[in-house]
Amino acid sequence: MPEHAVLAEGLSKRYGKERRDDVTHALDGFDLAVRPGTVHGLLGPNGAGKTTAVRILATLLKADGGRAEVAGVDVARDPRAVRAHIGLVGQFAAVDEGLTGRQNLELFGRLFHLGGRRARVRAAELLDLFALTEAADKGAGQYSGGMRRRLDLATSMILAPAVLFLDEPTTGLDPRARGEVWDAVRTLVAGGTTVLLTTQYLDEADRLASRITVMDRGRAIADDTPDGLKDRVGGDRVEVVVAERADLPAARAILARIAGADPRTDEAERRVHAPVTDRVAALTEVARTLQEERIAVEDLALRRPALDDVFLRLTGGRAADEDQAADTDREEVAA
Amino acid sequence: MSSTINDTAGTGIATGIGTGTAGRAYWACVDSLTLVRRTLLNYRRRPSAILWQLGFPIVSVLLYGFVFGSAMVVPGGGDYREFLMPGMFTMTMAFGLMNTAAAVVSDSGRGVVDRFRSMPMAPSAFPTGRSLSDLMIAAAELAILAATALAIGWTSDGGPGATALGFGLLLLLRFSMIWVGVWCGLVLPNTEAAGALYAVIFPVTMISSVYVAPTLMPSWLAPVAAWNPISSTVTATRELFGNPGAGGGSWVEQHAVLMAIAWPLALTAVFLPLAVRRYQSLSR
Repeated sequence: MPEHAVLAEGLSKRYGKERRDDVTHALDGFDLAVRPGTVHGLLGPNGAGKTTAVRILATLLKADGGRAEVAGVDVARDPRAVRAHIGLVGQFAAVDEGLTGRQNLELFGRLFHLGGRRARVRAAELLDLFALTEAADKGAGQYSGGMRRRLDLATSMILAPAVLFLDEPTTGLDPRARGEVWDAVRTLVAGGTTVLLTTQYLDEADRLASRITVMDRGRAIADDTPDGLKDRVGGDRVEVVVAERADLPAARAILARIAGADPRTDEAERRVHAPVTDRVAALTEVARTLQEERIAVEDLALRRPALDDVFLRLTGGRAADEDQAADTDREEVAA
Repeated sequence: MSSTINDTAGTGIATGIGTGTAGRAYWACVDSLTLVRRTLLNYRRRPSAILWQLGFPIVSVLLYGFVFGSAMVVPGGGDYREFLMPGMFTMTMAFGLMNTAAAVVSDSGRGVVDRFRSMPMAPSAFPTGRSLSDLMIAAAELAILAATALAIGWTSDGGPGATALGFGLLLLLRFSMIWVGVWCGLVLPNTEAAGALYAVIFPVTMISSVYVAPTLMPSWLAPVAAWNPISSTVTATRELFGNPGAGGGSWVEQHAVLMAIAWPLALTAVFLPLAVRRYQSLSR
């Protein structure tokens, strides 16, 4: 078993014409190492090079420089052998909408050279695994977005590949369908598949990935566990939301004294927060003091920084997905 | 395949990827036939699709044959509907370009082509399977159209050999259109753009001998229509089916059967390599 399920060293990819001086460096010395049996998140803003990286690793695109191995096989030297070990789920559900779910799986099973009988058996297994048995004989064109995605995932799992590439698998899905896809991914990983997941949804990477590589401008700019990344923007913090805006200065003073750091205030939200080191002790002390001084509190919590904070810090303020960032965290980040 | 991570996610199925020339050729055939099967399954689930594709020629037969028929002149005399039918056969073959392009663009646009290319299947199977299934559909379309034609009084007076050759030339034209269509499908961004091909194909079929003999067109237009590859197939099939209006003064009309072979071969010689190169260049 190779040490890494996916390994990329100094991958580069240019688009455009050198002479005309409009070269885009989609990848510019990209490094990646994915341990077998894990979900590895590849996170970055639009145009960071995530999809280009996945396409090179999945043998769809040739790199201009650097090297890459998938399941121990060099992608440039032996793409055919790599293809026997990978599954790919792209940004669109690559299913034949004119066929039923079962026919789709049987078709792709035959194209994976299983032969008719084994293709049928495998199709039935996968329909069951992805909770599609009931809809198996309905046309895939009538499937919901989440079902179509599950069929897509099932198709990529026909050969039980060692490595599965998921390129923004939940883009455009509603929250419930996203949950269905996440469950399906967890099932796969429990079975031993290594997953490389590109996403611009930070919460998705946070929930699924045990390690995250942050990409920007064609390079990996950070590689760590989700917690490790969060630690980079400072550890936990105590956060107080007061009931009356008039109490904000008092709450701020309490926090400043206990945390020993300068708290940040959000007037509109009636919120004040400060980083703490001795987490629970600080929280207890803040709670006790607020009660003593009879300050009415709406919310009091120990919070970890969100991946959004990490992301904004690392990419210099350019959000992965501006709506997403705006929705989940309205605070300004200390830069 | 020594350095694999164990398949532990499912049934531990191993794949047979062909090694050696014989293995590769075998899987190339099997994979192509699997894709043909895919197309046929699509039609079996929606048999009406083929009727929709035939709608235009059938409506054209009725409109031109019965509404305009009496006002149309066939050079050298003869029944207009007899004159029209080889044109309808040919037009259906030429319009097949759009079906091919639409099928290819829908596969490439929705990532199906990417999935094929990330699989251990034979890379040649995608274009080969497409061309095999499109030829089979074209043969079915011709059979349905010919039955319609017979019903409204068209006949082939050319004898079995010439009639078979006539249908052979029609399929040859369709074969060349497959490669134009595959190329268009890989170049065009989406199905809407593929639909816009209609704006090109429609005038090209009009400026030919499909509806009207080029000799009746303005003198500047007549040679354009006569040298249109579509006209060669129309004129050749009129000749072979013994339908009226086959003649014409120019060299290209005198050698219609030869040109009905030469044109599609020339188109194929240009567009087959273009399509294959485009398909290969997807990885650049």
